[in-house]
Amino acid sequence: MSDNPFSLWVYLSQSPLLWLTVTLLVYAIADAVSIWTHRHPLANPVLHSMWIIGVFLKLTNTSYTTYFGGAQFVHFLLGPATVALAVPLYENRKVVASAILPMLVALAAGSVTAVASVVLLAEAAGLPREVVLSMAPKSVTAGVAMGISESLHADPSLTAVAVILTGIMGAITVTPLMNWMGITDFRARGFAVGIAAHGIGTARAFQVDAVAGVFAGIAMSLNALVTSLLVPLAVTFLLR
Amino acid sequence: MIASFSLILLCQLAGEALVRGLGLPMPGPVIGLMLLLLLLLLRDRFAVLARGPLQGDSVESTSRGLLTNLSLLFVPAGVGVVQKLDLIVDHGIAFLGVLAISVLITLLVTVATFLLASRLMTRGQQSP
Repeated sequence: MSDNPFSLWVYLSQSPLLWLTVTLLVYAIADAVSIWTHRHPLANPVLHSMWIIGVFLKLTNTSYTTYFGGAQFVHFLLGPATVALAVPLYENRKVVASAILPMLVALAAGSVTAVASVVLLAEAAGLPREVVLSMAPKSVTAGVAMGISESLHADPSLTAVAVILTGIMGAITVTPLMNWMGITDFRARGFAVGIAAHGIGTARAFQVDAVAGVFAGIAMSLNALVTSLLVPLAVTFLLR
Repeated sequence: MIASFSLILLCQLAGEALVRGLGLPMPGPVIGLMLLLLLLLLRDRFAVLARGPLQGDSVESTSRGLLTNLSLLFVPAGVGVVQKLDLIVDHGIAFLGVLAISVLITLLVTVATFLLASRLMTRGQQSP
C-alpha cells in the first residue's frame, strides 16, 4: 500500500499494463454499445474508443509515446490479423474465384478514383502542395500510406491522420449509402469499402456480413499494391 | 491455439523476409496471407499436411478470433490521430471535406464498376 497516491499514479502511468488495460476496457465498452445499437454505423467502436482515450490522455497529461508503450501489443496484432484474412478467403474461395474479373475491373477503377479524386479536390480547395501530397495515399493501410508519403517527401504524420479519418468516414457512410442505393450484393459492397477505407472499412464489413468482409479484405490488400505504384504516377500527371 | 498463432506468425515472418530479401513493393503480411492460403489449399490436396495447427479447425478458429476483433487493432493508431488534432485544425474544414467527398466518390465508383462487370460477365456466360 502506497502512502502517496500520486507516486502510485506515477508508477502505473508509466507501465504498459495501465495503457493496455485502458485500451481494451474502453474498446470493450464501445463495442458493447455498438452491439447494443445493432451495429449502428455512428456507434463505430474505433471512432469512440479513440476520442475517449485521447481525451483521457489529455486530462492525465500523458504523452502518446507512454500510451503506445502499452497499446503497442494491440497494434502489433495488425500484421497477424492481415495474415489471418487467408482463412475467410479460403473458406469463401468459390465465391471469390467466380468474381475475379469484376474484382480486377473494380480495383482498377476504384484505386484510380481514390487517388485522383483526393488530389484534384484538394488542389481545387486550395490546400498547400505538401498537404495535397500527404493526402494522396489516404485510402491504403497506414503503414503502406506512410511509406508512400515519405517517398514523396510529404508529411507522413499528416498522411496517418488522413488515412485514419478516411477509414472512419468510409466505415460510417458505407452501410447507409449502399442501403440508400438499394445495393444488396455484399461482394460489391465489401469490395468498395475495402478500396475506399482499408482496414477500418474491412472491420466494419466483417461486422455486417462475412462475404462482405472477405471481399473488403481482398480489396484492401490489392489496393495497397496498386496504390504504391499509382500515387507517384498520379502526382506526376495531376500536379503539373 | 499457441501452435495456430505460431503458424500465423511464421507466415508473417516468411512474408517479411521475402519482402526485405527480394525488395518486393508490397507489405510483408500480405505475402504472409498468400502463404497461409497456399498452406490451407495444399492441406486439402495432401493429407500428410493435415497435422498440428492445420488439423481440424485449429488455425481457422484462431484466425476468426483475431478477425472478430479487427476494429480493436486500429485503436492505438486512431488515438495517435486525436493527438494530432492541431494538424487538422490548421488545415480547417477543407481537409475534412475533401476526404469525405473523396470517400463517397470512391465507394460509388467501385461498387458501380463491380456490379457492371459482374452483370456483363453473367450475360456473357449465358449468351453462347
